[in-house]
Amino acid sequence: MTHLTYIMAAYGLTVLVAGVFAVDAWARMGRARRRLAAIDPRANR
Amino acid sequence: MDATTPPPPGGRTLHRFANPGRFLRISGRVLPVVALLGLGLTLTGCVWGLFFAPADWQQGDAVRIMYVHVPAAWLASFGYLSLAICSVLSLVWRHPLADLAAAEIGPVGAAFTALCLATGSIWGKPMWGAWWVWDARLTSVLVLFFLYLGHVALVRAFDDPQRGYRAGAILALIGVVNLPIIKFSVDWWNTLHQPATIKFTGAPTMYVGMLWPLLLCALGFTFGFVAIVLARTRAAVMERRIRGLLMARAQEADAR
Repeated sequence: MTHLTYIMAAYGLTVLVAGVFAVDAWARMGRARRRLAAIDPRANR
Repeated sequence: MDATTPPPPGGRTLHRFANPGRFLRISGRVLPVVALLGLGLTLTGCVWGLFFAPADWQQGDAVRIMYVHVPAAWLASFGYLSLAICSVLSLVWRHPLADLAAAEIGPVGAAFTALCLATGSIWGKPMWGAWWVWDARLTSVLVLFFLYLGHVALVRAFDDPQRGYRAGAILALIGVVNLPIIKFSVDWWNTLHQPATIKFTGAPTMYVGMLWPLLLCALGFTFGFVAIVLARTRAAVMERRIRGLLMARAQEADAR
């Protein structure tokens, strides 16, 4: 495969950026859900 | 118009979907499906593009960068368009979720625009011999990136969140003029960046064996983008509810 370094850099960067944003969004959602459930038991419904 | 003013006609239908509880219920059901579709389609498209699609006769294997660069570029514009739509919903109909959604689209859109610029630069070095050129397409996408950053900064710049949302919405609407400039920059000016190979007005000028993985990646990236924005907006709705409950409790305690 030609230009392998460039291809790896482009795909690596994509996985890194998208992965960081996805993990952060899920973690933030989980934190908010737990905190809301602790404050307002109706939120568990 | 203050916050208690009823929405203009036409906004009532939109406001039916503005109830935070209803949004959390519906988005909670939709989110796993969208996220799985995003992951599955992106993985399939990338594996197809990396290992099974043919190399380009001129560019060699460097053309495989297209499968991440082009979807990121499309989403940079799509993200900004959705930001502008949220801004209209916020300014005209005072849709309560539109502000929160716009504030969450901003950073994600900025990240995808940065990704588009970075992967384009990585593709440009072996093909053009330069990491960057001040070409109309590249420059207009860089302006889009700064517009996103401006929106992110402006929304967070005020003590009163409502003022921040309003300022951000105005900036988003002004910046929307940049979208046709990005789209048509390759036709209006003589650019190093290639013209569009996929058009609404005609058949694509790309080999079908390259087109399918590209479309799969574009669809997968779009579902991924929507999933991330949806998850962030759900978190923002819950955080707002937590703040409201804590404030109410503090006021109750003060009143005693």
